[in-house]
Order: sequence, then C-alpha cells, then structure tokens
Amino acid sequence: MQGESKYWLDHSENVTRLYRGLWGLGLFLLIFDLLLHKHETPEFAAWFGFYAWFGFVACVALVLLAKEVLRRLVKRPEDYYER
Amino acid sequence: MSGDFPAALILIAGGLLIPLTRGRLRAAYMLSLPIAVFAYLLALPHGEYGQVHLLGQTLVLMRVDRLSLLFGYVFLIAALLNVIYALHVEDTVQHVATFIYAGSTLGAVFAGDLLTLFVYWELTAVSSVVLIWARRTEHARRAGMRYVLIQLLSGMFLLAGAVSHWQATGSLAFGQIGLSGLAGVLILVAFGIKCCFPLLHNWLQDAYPEATVTGTVVLSAFTTKLGIYALARGFPGTESLIWIGAIMTAFPIFYAVIENDLRRVLAYSMNNQLGFMVVGIGIGTELALNGAVAHAFADILFKALLFMSMGAVLLRTGTVKGTDLGGLYKSMPWTAGFCIVGAASISAFPLFSGFVTKSMIMAATAEEGHVFTWLVLLFASAGVFHHAGIKIPYFAFFAHDSGIRCKEAPFNMLVAMAATALLCIGIGSFPALLYSILPHAVEYVPYTAAHVVDQLQLLIFSALAFSVLMRTGIYPPELKSVNLDFDWSYRRLGRRTVELLAHALSRLLDAFGAAAGVGSSRLVTALYRHHGPEGLLARTWPSGSMALWVMILLLAYLLFYYL
Repeated sequence: MQGESKYWLDHSENVTRLYRGLWGLGLFLLIFDLLLHKHETPEFAAWFGFYAWFGFVACVALVLLAKEVLRRLVKRPEDYYER
Repeated sequence: MSGDFPAALILIAGGLLIPLTRGRLRAAYMLSLPIAVFAYLLALPHGEYGQVHLLGQTLVLMRVDRLSLLFGYVFLIAALLNVIYALHVEDTVQHVATFIYAGSTLGAVFAGDLLTLFVYWELTAVSSVVLIWARRTEHARRAGMRYVLIQLLSGMFLLAGAVSHWQATGSLAFGQIGLSGLAGVLILVAFGIKCCFPLLHNWLQDAYPEATVTGTVVLSAFTTKLGIYALARGFPGTESLIWIGAIMTAFPIFYAVIENDLRRVLAYSMNNQLGFMVVGIGIGTELALNGAVAHAFADILFKALLFMSMGAVLLRTGTVKGTDLGGLYKSMPWTAGFCIVGAASISAFPLFSGFVTKSMIMAATAEEGHVFTWLVLLFASAGVFHHAGIKIPYFAFFAHDSGIRCKEAPFNMLVAMAATALLCIGIGSFPALLYSILPHAVEYVPYTAAHVVDQLQLLIFSALAFSVLMRTGIYPPELKSVNLDFDWSYRRLGRRTVELLAHALSRLLDAFGAAAGVGSSRLVTALYRHHGPEGLLARTWPSGSMALWVMILLLAYLLFYYL
C-alpha cells in the first residue's frame, strides 16, 4: 500500500466525525416528534421517540442474542460437514 | 391480439438456440429475447388463452390477469438484467439454463391449472440446479444435489395435492385453494418449500451461496418469488400464514448477524423479506395483498442488486467471506455505491423501493389489529437494516482495510447494477407506476411526514446501535465457521442415521453370512462323510450283501402281509 493516497475514511478522526454526525442526525429527527401531531396505528407508536428507541433497543438485543446465545449453540468449525 | 402462444416457450425454445450463436450476435440475441416477450405481454388483453383439452379437463397455458402480468413483467425485467450482468460469461450451459429457468418460471406464473403449474414447477427445479453445478466444485455438486432433491420434493407435494384437489372438486383449475382439505395442506407444503417457510427454508441458504457468480443472481429472482406468486393466488387470507410469515421475518436475521459468507447473509435476509410477503398474503386485505406482491416486485430488484455487488466482489477477489474482506471501496467504488443503493432499498429508506412497498404490509398489519405481529415486523425491519443494510456494505467495502487491491467490476456488470439501482430508486421515488399495475386499486399514501420521520428514526437509531456496538467492541467479530441450521437434520443427523443403519444392516448381513457359512460347511462335511470317497453310502458293497438285504426286505413284507 506504499505510496497510495490516503482516503478520507483512513483518518480515524473523520470516522469519529461521522459517528458524531449520526448522533446529531438522530437527535434532530427526535425534534420532529414534538412538532408533528402523529395519528398512528397502533396508538403507542405515537409516543415520543417510539421508533427511535425501538430501533436502538431492537438492534442491540438482536446482536447480543445472536452473539451470546445463537452463536454459542450453532457455531462449528468450517469443515464440520466434511468430516 | 390472441395470447394462445405460451410466453414461456419463447424463452425456453429461444434459450435452446443460444449455442448456435457466437460473440456479439449472441449478446444481441440474448438481450432481445426478454424484450420481445415483454412486448408480447404488453400487447396481451386479459383472459384465458392456450386452452388444451386433456383427460376431460381444460388446461390453460396462458391465464392473463393483473396478478400474473405483474409477476410476468418483473421476471422479464430480472431476466434482462441477468443477461446484461452475465454477458462476459462464456459458459454456454449457464446461459441456456438461465433462459429455460426464466421461461419455466414465466410458464408457471401464467399457468391457469395445477397440472401446467406442476410441469413448469419441476422444470424450474431441474434447470436452476445447473447454475449451481456450473460452479464445478465438490461443494457445489453436493449442495446442488440437496437443492434439486428438495425442489423436486416440492413438486411431488404439488402433484399429490393437485390430484387430491381434482378428486375433491372435479377440477384442476388453479384459483383460491385454501386450507380446507388434504389437497390444501399438500399444496401449501409445496408452495411453502419454495417460499422458505420455517424448517422448509434451508435449501435457500445452503445452495444459493454455492452457485456461480452470475448464477446466484439469477436464482435469487425466480424460485422464491414464484412461490410467493403461487401463495398469493392460492392462499390469500389464510390466517396461519400470518404467524408463519412473522417467524420467517425474525429468525433468519439472527443467523445473518453471525454468518461470515456475505452471500449467505443475503440468503438469510431474503428469507426475512419473504416473511413480510407471507404475512401480507396471510392478512389478505386488498392493501396487504398489494403490499405483498409490490414487495415481491421490489425485492427481486434490490436483492438482485445486492447479489450482483457481492458477485462482483467474488469475481474480483475470489471470496465473499467477511473475515477476508474490507476496504474494497478503494478498488471498487462503483460496486460499493450500487451495493449501498441496494442496501438502502432493502432497508426501506425514503426514496428507495422498500419504503413504498414494505410499508403497505406494515400498515395493513396494524390496521387489522395484529399488534404483536406488527411489533415483530418492526423488529425485523430494524434487523434487516442492521444485517443487510449495514453489515453487507460495511464488511465488504469498509471496516478494516484488508489490503486487497483489485480491478473494478467488468463493465457489463456495472451497467446491470446501474440499471437495477435506477429501478430501485425509481420505484421508491415515483411509486405511482408500480402502484398502477398492482392487483387492487391503491389508496395508500407512502409519503406522509409522520411515516418519513418514523422510518428515518428507526433506521438512524438502528445505525447508531451498530456504531455504538462497533466502537465498544461488543459487536461480534466475523469468524470462519459453519452455523448449524435446520440443514443439520439431513446433512448430519440424517446422514449419520443412514450410516448407522447401513452399518447395522451390514453387521446383520455379516452375522447371517457367518452363520450360513458355518451351517453350510457342516452340511458339506456331513455330505462328505456319507457320500465322499470314504463315505458309508459311497462304498462299493458286495452283491452278496445286496441280495441278503433284498431277501430280508421280502421276508419282512411277507410277514407284514400275513399279520
């Protein structure tokens, strides 16, 4: 890789910038929940930030369950079926 | 214009002529076939054509209505995109198989009766497996064998169901079937195998990632969506499909998170998307059915796009393992960009196709009061963004730099990806055209402020969860491994059971053989003792003793006579 030009994403501070930007965008989207009068079905979907926390919690739960439960149960060596 | 000529035959017969062509002529010929059939479909009025009378039944080779036309259109678009994507491939067998496969899928879609459906159903199985075997590896050979056996099994269920349906109703017509009798159950299992119902699903994740670079893209379009079409035709409003579909949306995403082979991740995510469609069919309202078939339409395109991008990576780097990839955006920026469009579409970002199709199913689920199912679907929506929307582009093109430097994808592949990406964005940004060809009139409005904000919140916070888990090191690293799924039951358990039985049988036969050996050798010894050279019965007796014995016998006879 010598002599290759550095890409914008190669600098870790840019990745951090991106990460902070994403948080900023998320918080900005939450403001709309105060401004919009939502009529949702089911009704609890109109709670403040429902979709935001649902998305966050769902993904964390998904990853933790997949990593800590499913992978422990089903992971086998790559040549498992060839043995 | 009469539609008596089956559209399927144009592709099938046309495909068989491909070996006669070479070079540019072949390219032009292959491109023109799906376009010609598309034009034919556009000119067809609704109705039932190509009627054949057989065994007192009327077989309908061309049933043209809104539902069959919608799937006909999208299958032809997919076929055309597949042709462009595979233009560089010189393996004639794959091109021929692609056309027979696409043609037979089209034939099944336009089939108006169960017998015609069955014939095309089986033809899709035997033509598509060629695309797996064409990889020409031992892995592919075995996976292809498992794949084709399961597909043919689906056909057997369909045939049994069709015969049973014929006996029960006196008709072979393929319309609403429902789950009322044995026929309904058998046919539902047949469709369920193609739709990847839970426990019937594993052929998909097993076989698709083993096919050739272009073969996987072709496979992703047809078989499963034919299953969805058949389900929408035969079982709309069947309530058990709601929970079956909900399970399908949820469990594959857990596997997708820990899977290392990125084409297998996509196979799991396809299973999850099929779940949304199955739920829509199960709910069965006009909005839900519209959503299901619209989502099938969109899914064929964005899933093709994702498989295309991974195919390009496989072609250029020789692998699609998450462990081996990373940083490819530097070498393949266009492919990375198209992959992100596919990822945004499957994740249902506003302006991308999934946003205007999946939301119809979600809305219908909520409207009909299936709150728990709705929550499962919402969980699956966040999950699909997580594993397909982020994981696929992230591990292939970003993450840590693997140091791989390769060429950008071939030009024809880029053209195919660009066209598919345009369609994904086109559907998402201008949904009216797709909505106008759906089976029922559409009143649904996807672009409301609330819907856009809700969806963006869901997606951005899912992305934040991914980022947080990544930066804290909690996110599970990609590992070289095999993850056991239901295929374990036949690849390991079934195989071991057969091996054990075979072993037991051979021991039984051995024991039987040994016993028979001992018995027969005893028999031989005894025979030898009596009849051998020294045997009692083989001795030469003097004639005097013979005369003596005859006399004794005669005397005994005389004695008994007087008694």
